Amino acid sequence: MCSTQLPILVYDSGIREMTMEPFELQPIKGQAPSRGDLETETSSHVHAPGVLRNMAGVFSENKLAVISVAFLVFIVLFCFFGPMLYDTNQTDAQDALLNSTQNAPPSADHLLGTDENGFDVLGRLMFGGRIALIVGFFAAIVATTVGVIYGALSGFFRGWPDSVLMRIVDIGLSIPVLFLLICLVVIYRPTTPVLILVIGAVSWLIPARLIRAETLSLRTREYVEAVRVMGGTRRRIVGRHIIPNSVGTIVVFATFDVADSILLLASLGFLGFGVAAPQTDWGTMLSNGVNYASNGYWWEIYPVGLCIVLVVVALNYFGDALRDALEVRLQDR
Amino acid sequence: MRRVVQAIIVVLGVTLVVFLLSHLIPGGQARAALGPRANHAQIIAFNHANGYDQPLLVQYWRYITGLVAGNLGYSYKNNQGVAALIMNRIPKTLALVGVSTLLALLIALPLGMAQAVRRNSGFDYSMTAVTFVLYATPAFLIGELSIIFFSFTLGWLPSSVPSDASSLAIFTNPLAFVLPVVTLAALTIAAFSRYMRSSVLDALTGDYIRTARAKGASPRRVLYGHAMRNALLPILTLIGLSLPAIVGGALITEVVFNYPGMGLLTVQAAQNIDIPLVLGTTLVATVATVGGSLLADVLYAAADPRIRLGNS
Repeated sequence: MCSTQLPILVYDSGIREMTMEPFELQPIKGQAPSRGDLETETSSHVHAPGVLRNMAGVFSENKLAVISVAFLVFIVLFCFFGPMLYDTNQTDAQDALLNSTQNAPPSADHLLGTDENGFDVLGRLMFGGRIALIVGFFAAIVATTVGVIYGALSGFFRGWPDSVLMRIVDIGLSIPVLFLLICLVVIYRPTTPVLILVIGAVSWLIPARLIRAETLSLRTREYVEAVRVMGGTRRRIVGRHIIPNSVGTIVVFATFDVADSILLLASLGFLGFGVAAPQTDWGTMLSNGVNYASNGYWWEIYPVGLCIVLVVVALNYFGDALRDALEVRLQDR
Repeated sequence: MRRVVQAIIVVLGVTLVVFLLSHLIPGGQARAALGPRANHAQIIAFNHANGYDQPLLVQYWRYITGLVAGNLGYSYKNNQGVAALIMNRIPKTLALVGVSTLLALLIALPLGMAQAVRRNSGFDYSMTAVTFVLYATPAFLIGELSIIFFSFTLGWLPSSVPSDASSLAIFTNPLAFVLPVVTLAALTIAAFSRYMRSSVLDALTGDYIRTARAKGASPRRVLYGHAMRNALLPILTLIGLSLPAIVGGALITEVVFNYPGMGLLTVQAAQNIDIPLVLGTTLVATVATVGGSLLADVLYAAADPRIRLGNS
């Protein structure tokens, strides 16, 4: 690398202030240091509290994070179980046109009105949210899995394989994400699985870099040396020691990435590359709604806009608090 | 020099990615160009005429040499060369990106510094909340909401850019560009001010700050003369690193405001399934981004005597 110190994550998430130096996780099951270590670290307690309880404690101190989690739980219930309580026709466009009016304002029949096809907007929010959450969640899993394995291998082997692998990441990161996404959705028509893969395919680069940096530092630790001395295979070192010890970074990244994926999906939907009708996603709903912005059909714009923003903000707060809870270095002891 | 080589490698890699993408099209380029009703003989003839039946390596070489000669491919949907279609769009996008990035810096840097100086105050917290929301709000939502508010409700500003606007219209007819420029800037302000805040906070902990204070320099001098100057440097790198995101934001902004730049061209091409054109704009946007990042790094090295990009 050149001698400039590049902030690894900043350009993607100036907000999140991901720390660049990898941090060490407190012991996870199976590889705990001696009990004594733990007790000196939490010296204010007579008995060292469990790691998980400690984390939960730090987490619950953060009011915004607790509210965010509650909101996210609510949204998940709303999208996946809401349709059971609030039954609306979301598939048959002809039926929708026959039985309701287009662009009707909110009423007792349609709590948030109807859209230009006569579909109930509240019900559509639920179905669109399903796609948004499913794509966001699974795209983050794809990106994180690929990125973690790639980054861990790159950092572990160092030398020329690392240079080659990291140049590939540089190349990928230099292509503006939206352009790449558009290329991919033009080539493969967007359906839910395609969107998951495509969004995953453009977002594994950041975790690859993060985990590589972490691996570079972890591989020189004493316990990794110890495994090596004891004859542990490379696969064992990477799979059982390096990746598990990066769990904090991985989980925090994955949380942020769910938010990013939801935003990317919304952008794609807005540009007209979301899932095809009669399915919908939040971005597509919004792009249809803004066609009527000058008509004052607010119910087709604000609820869905609010949903996108709130879910993304909540996920960001959640990720932030998760990082604080996982990163022991930042905690005052 | 080393940084330039790195940039060249990245550009070459990007051409490879774009080249490979063009070969991922289901049914191949022939199907995409001739349509679903072309028969087998036509496809073979097309492939032969365009060299698509040759080995990939040969094709890639021809692609690269074509790029050097300014041949970005051919848009069958438009019956025009891709380069010709893109050419007059580039300055428009450059103007949008340049002006809005400048505006973002003018707002974000003082804001971030003020937040750092008054950290953990009510002002800091409220601005943090604002930047969080700005950061989470997708570009198209900011754009559409500003159209609804400033164009439809208040009627102050036009909701779209005249489609025949020249690339210099941003200076001659600024009113039409206020909303797109501000929308794009809003995206970057969030990230820049956040970074500036932590950058200043970081600089304030430096030993030289303590030294300056100990020598009796006024707080104002310590802040502007010492902390700010050191905090500003990394911002240059940040701009370089943010370019892909800004260019992506420009794409959305152009669609929202119907601004005839590269982004709008890309989206329209994508809606027409004009794959060569989409790949062409992607390549051009990426090369421009890489060039911008390179420029930022070179400026950084020039501005900071501690950084040497050369033989380190």
